[in-house]
Amino acid sequence: SQGIIERDETPMEKEIARLHRVDFEFSDIFYFCRKGFEAIVEDEVTQRFSSEELVSWNLLTRTNVNFHYISLRLTVVWVIGVVVRYCFLLPLRFTLAAIGITSMIVGTTMVGQLPNSSVKNYLSEVVHLTCSRILVRALSGTIHYHNKENKPQKGGICVANHTSPIDAIILTNDGCYAMVGQVHGGLMGVIQRATVKACPHVWFERSEVKDRHLVTKRLREHVADKSKLPILIFPEGTCINNTSVMMFKKGSFEIGGTIYPVAIKYDPQFGDAFWNSSKYNIVSYLLRIMTSWAIVCNVWYMPPMVRKEGEDAVQFANRVRSAIAHQGGLTELPWDGGLKRAKVKDTFKEEQQKNYSKMLVRKGSIG
Amino acid sequence: MLLGRLRGLMFAWHTTRRKLSSSQPGAASPFGSWRCEGCGGDLAWEPFLWLREAKVGFSHSQITRLYSRFTSLDKGENGTLSREDFQRIPELAINPLGDRIINAFFPEGEDQVNFRGFMRTLAHFRPIEDNEKSKDQNGPEPLNSRSNKLHFAFRLYDLDKDDKISRDELLQVLRMMVGVNISDEQLGSIADRTIQEADQDGDSAISFAEFVKVLEKVDVEQKMSIRFLH
Repeated sequence: SQGIIERDETPMEKEIARLHRVDFEFSDIFYFCRKGFEAIVEDEVTQRFSSEELVSWNLLTRTNVNFHYISLRLTVVWVIGVVVRYCFLLPLRFTLAAIGITSMIVGTTMVGQLPNSSVKNYLSEVVHLTCSRILVRALSGTIHYHNKENKPQKGGICVANHTSPIDAIILTNDGCYAMVGQVHGGLMGVIQRATVKACPHVWFERSEVKDRHLVTKRLREHVADKSKLPILIFPEGTCINNTSVMMFKKGSFEIGGTIYPVAIKYDPQFGDAFWNSSKYNIVSYLLRIMTSWAIVCNVWYMPPMVRKEGEDAVQFANRVRSAIAHQGGLTELPWDGGLKRAKVKDTFKEEQQKNYSKMLVRKGSIG
Repeated sequence: MLLGRLRGLMFAWHTTRRKLSSSQPGAASPFGSWRCEGCGGDLAWEPFLWLREAKVGFSHSQITRLYSRFTSLDKGENGTLSREDFQRIPELAINPLGDRIINAFFPEGEDQVNFRGFMRTLAHFRPIEDNEKSKDQNGPEPLNSRSNKLHFAFRLYDLDKDDKISRDELLQVLRMMVGVNISDEQLGSIADRTIQEADQDGDSAISFAEFVKVLEKVDVEQKMSIRFLH
């Protein structure tokens, strides 16, 4: 989708070029002023935390931000669409989802009773795959997997870009992973407790999550055991709207082991999969998903990557992120996904101030 | 969510009825079909009426996009932006003059800016088009004229709004731009030199006329403009 403005990428040094050989001029603020206004009109970061705007309408009012009346015929078509989606598709999908979740809980509990053996692992895999496929059907998901030869192997870590909670289901549709996450209450907690009996998922208590060393240690132990399923991690830490990949947190890349990057790209024409957690809670999100036309996405498995000599975790994370962004056709942003809720650090502002100060003293007669 | 959908549906029904039952002369224009004088209309569309009259100069599609930008920044969903809403933009928060820029949106003593005020401030940054330069001057000066752009920049420096940039004000703005990287003495001498060069009437402060004189050779139109698409 097109932007509102065309940004001027002239660097500060060129912009604040000196007319005379002096250090400060009144016109210096023009640069900061314009940059500020460009950011107000359109900035790279906040647009990633809301749903992508579509070029042409797909008959879902939720995806047309500038909804306005076009014609009577279109409205009638839209009304028919609403009836089909809410009265026909929604009940079917809801039933399927209920069946899927129930069979997951019952199946994994039953498999969990067995003693640890290869039979148990096989059965656990069957149960997970089957229930996952039922759930994907419940969302009318059409998933295209590419490069299946690069599928994550046991003892590895699978990293992917994060758009919504259903990313996990999309991936488990095609293989078994060990999930990593926080223990929740309610229905989610029931599912977590049931599945962990059948398959060694890694669920952390809320208090444990704060302790980064504990988290890293447990994950390291899991990865070291080559018979265990690959871990599934979303290093962005939060849901982004599937037009870009934001900063990867380095924690996952410090564990060691082989990283299997996966790129997930949803087709926005059929339904918006992005979960805007500040605007919608999980229930209304699931309702929106179940009343979309479909969830269509492409999943690319990419060749495994390991940390190179002399590369630290941050550089490795950036390398993996570039690869995922390139494959999925997403833009890369160095900004932290945590900016959805948190304020940006002052160090960035201080950097700008430093650059400007260098310009002031460099050419001036002072210092 | 359902309420929004109902609203959309009612809106579509309402405009259908109007189209079928009347032959309003304004129905042809894109704004005309949204307006409803009879029943009080949908308040959300009110800003568009004002903009058409005030000739802020943006095109229909630009206004629509800027309105959706405004609503996406408006986290409280009350039709106005507060200072916190602006500070949530990371690229603005790291701008050394971010606070001064945000301040420019809020009129004296106010904490909220509505879409009208938002557009008025943004209008300063519209590029000056060629066909506007030759327009006759009997109407009010457009907000994006060279003089108004310079006035906007002047107000960024003039912290106490007394129409003069004093040494202290200049020092404060300089301090915002350089952070902790330059000492007080150095900054003081930079400020002194700048004022000395620009000051013509010897009052150790810069008035708007002196400000304009200093910047007469600068391409203000280009530096203080944002390239809006379509």
